[in-house]
Amino acid sequence: MPLLQVDDLTTYFHTRNGTVRAVEGVSFHVHRGETLGIVGESGSGKSVTCYSMLGLIPMPPGRIERGRALFDGKTDLLGCTPKELQRIRGKRISMIFQDPMTSLNPYLKVSTQIMEPLQLHEKVTKKEGLRRAIAALEEVGITEASRRVHFYPHEFSGGMRQRVMIAMAMITQPDLLIADEPTTALDVTVQAQILELIRMRQAANKSAVILITHDLGVVAGMCDRINVMYAGRLVETGTAEDIFERARHPYTIALKRSIPSLGQKGKPLYTIPGLPPDLSKPIPGDAFALRKGIRSGGKYANVAPPLEQVSETHWVRASDCELPSLEEVLNEC
Amino acid sequence: MLRFILSRLAQSFAVIFVVITATFFLVRLAPGDPFSSERRIPEFIKQRILEHYGLDRPAIEQYWNFIRNAAPKRFRPDRIFEEDPLMSAFGINLGPSFTQARTVNQIIADTFPVSLELGFWALVIALSLGLTAGLTAAIFKNSALDYVPMSAAMVGICLPTFVMGPILALIFGVWLGWFNVSGWFLPQDRVLPAVTLGLVYAAVIARITRGGMLEILSQDFIRTAQAKGVPYTRIVFKHTLRGGLLPVVTFMGPALAGIISGSFVVETIFQIPGLGRQFVQSAFNRDYFLVLGTVSVYAVLITLANLTVDIVQVILNPRLRFED
Repeated sequence: MPLLQVDDLTTYFHTRNGTVRAVEGVSFHVHRGETLGIVGESGSGKSVTCYSMLGLIPMPPGRIERGRALFDGKTDLLGCTPKELQRIRGKRISMIFQDPMTSLNPYLKVSTQIMEPLQLHEKVTKKEGLRRAIAALEEVGITEASRRVHFYPHEFSGGMRQRVMIAMAMITQPDLLIADEPTTALDVTVQAQILELIRMRQAANKSAVILITHDLGVVAGMCDRINVMYAGRLVETGTAEDIFERARHPYTIALKRSIPSLGQKGKPLYTIPGLPPDLSKPIPGDAFALRKGIRSGGKYANVAPPLEQVSETHWVRASDCELPSLEEVLNEC
Repeated sequence: MLRFILSRLAQSFAVIFVVITATFFLVRLAPGDPFSSERRIPEFIKQRILEHYGLDRPAIEQYWNFIRNAAPKRFRPDRIFEEDPLMSAFGINLGPSFTQARTVNQIIADTFPVSLELGFWALVIALSLGLTAGLTAAIFKNSALDYVPMSAAMVGICLPTFVMGPILALIFGVWLGWFNVSGWFLPQDRVLPAVTLGLVYAAVIARITRGGMLEILSQDFIRTAQAKGVPYTRIVFKHTLRGGLLPVVTFMGPALAGIISGSFVVETIFQIPGLGRQFVQSAFNRDYFLVLGTVSVYAVLITLANLTVDIVQVILNPRLRFED
């Protein structure tokens, strides 16, 4: 049985300018100890998917329209009471956020913030909490932890703060860690260290990880399985090999072609033409076909493209879109 | 921290000195003099009066004499409750008043405690009402508990004290007969003036509190706290309050000054023997020493208030602290 089984998750934002269909019928699962990557460009619904499961969507305007997120085979995260969810958050499911500069409270000492999950969920004493906070900081590679645990966040650098975030998220040894673009705001040299750290802490705690990112390069070395999202929907899901060796969906292929490291030196880099569609209008058919510069046969103009199984692990949403060639993309610019 | 306080203290002294100096020369530059009234005074009598007060001397000499007399010369807080507390406790002599039989020292000793008490009660009302309303509105954003207090606050901001005062006096003094409409004798005489003065500031504080709290509640680190499973009440009081109240603290500097020195209107409406009325009257009468005395008191008070606010801000906001 998977640790987390999400079925048909649908989250809308009811704003004054219409209903934004941020996440539309997303289903996936995560096994214990496994790493799942969720990739897609900005606004594709990656973060909203995870925020929905933890009740972090501001409501209103947000609303979870339907779906189920069965955690550990027992609790439906979308249907349980706020009290139950509160007990799970920070204890069994933790989160790391994108910007470590703003994700730590500047008014509270690091010690207070790291100890908080322990005090809330494990009712430890202050002394014991501090001891474990120092140990957690040491585990994420912060030297002189017993002194620096009393610092305020602004006394740490960006990479250090993300280490603090990881220590804080992992201190209760959660079953699932959700990392929402954990390296986006960091220096390239620090990115690799942070990813390595997440992997180490994951191995030590035997946690599952959901890694949200728009960077396929990050996903490549980290993830067992990958979900590709576009316009609030899942377009392709499979093992890392399925996605990197045998990608079927034109959007996945386009994403892969736009990774700088895979391109040849001196040759211009492939970019996906156009912009993602406006999610405040209903999209009856293939959302990728609506993108400017993408040709499609029109088969899925008004019919929702089905998710088709390719192999035991590999599912692809049907699409008759055709990617323009590199020359066409360059001429477009 | 100590260095910060000491440097701010030095700055405060400089500010007070500049204010006193500017006031000294400005009142003398103003047209008219203390002794021109409707009835003409014979020239030789006027000369004698000017001589008596030392006003016939060159301005710079008068200034020097004033500074020498007014400068604190001793520190005996134990004698602050005596007949002339400024003189006996600190050796401050602010000179005579031209229009009253009391010296400036005595006038301040008589009226300042009254203003201070009025200001204190007004502050209590402003803070308790303003913070409660602002916090409630922020916590129950976009509900009746937000709209009702915030609308009331908007009305409170728009109503000046000279409108609010008579309305309150009419309702609670004349119609209901609960309080005296004027005077400063019984404990319950404090209620109407303090409410009048406090309500305006309560309204502003309520709005600033709401804004500050909502600003912090929308920050990323609040989402982090939620993701850690922190209950909402703890999010509000532990994670938000410090940052959310910073704007209120900033506002308290000018507000304190306004509450204490701006009580002139309220003192007039309710016939309260406070310093505010002396302050305004002295300027009309060109009562040079009384102007200087009241201005000095206010200058000290306002710089003290701002100093306190600066220190509280540093305590609340760790990012403002520096290594000593």
